[in-house]
Amino acid sequence: MFRALADPTRRGLFERLCREGDTTVVGLLAGAGVSQPVVSKHLKILKAAGLVHDRHEGRYTYYSAERDGLRSLIDWTSRMTGFWNDRFDDLDNLLRRMDQ
Amino acid sequence: MTETMETTRAVVVERDFPYPPEKLWRALTQPHLIAEWLMRNDFSAEAGRRFTLSADWGQVDCEVEAVEPNRSLSYRWDTKDLRSIVTWTLAPTATGTSLRMEQRGFTPEQKAYFQGATVGWPRFIAQLGEVVSRLD
Repeated sequence: MFRALADPTRRGLFERLCREGDTTVVGLLAGAGVSQPVVSKHLKILKAAGLVHDRHEGRYTYYSAERDGLRSLIDWTSRMTGFWNDRFDDLDNLLRRMDQ
Repeated sequence: MTETMETTRAVVVERDFPYPPEKLWRALTQPHLIAEWLMRNDFSAEAGRRFTLSADWGQVDCEVEAVEPNRSLSYRWDTKDLRSIVTWTLAPTATGTSLRMEQRGFTPEQKAYFQGATVGWPRFIAQLGEVVSRLD
């Protein structure tokens, strides 16, 4: 998922889907600054990463952002795990310097 | 139903130290020592005591929940986007102390994060940067 969002074009597409809801590839082309095959390719990658959902309706495919896909990023636990591991390192340093 | 599942989660970090619980307890409860490994603070080990942890990026509002000297300590840990409880447990071992930190939290705004993508985005990018920098 991180790799899928590391690309600025894909991040832009994903952000628009978050804001605008259901959209077709044509709808996404406006303002994307890239061609339709490129948009389609990026959507495929986003879909594979679980960030985008597609729905077929007649001749059109509607894309929308997948709420659950972001879960691990917005999850505070991933932020705090790194924080606490660093704090444990600092605590270890302090204990070394403290006398009994 | 999935809402319930994602409203409370926990972070657990455990480490063995070659020192007795009493020494770790001092590091966990004396303000000048806490400042050396956690944050600046006005901590005092009394149940009900409110205190603040402050860093350059902001502050954490805390309140002591339970104190059992040399054994366990818990306090509320509230920041603008998180309501949580941090619990420290010290268990003596043959070679020192096993220290365990559990932070259990509640994030009722998770849904709002998603819907307010424009608001959440700067934070999201900052987190993304952090996560990616740790990837190999």
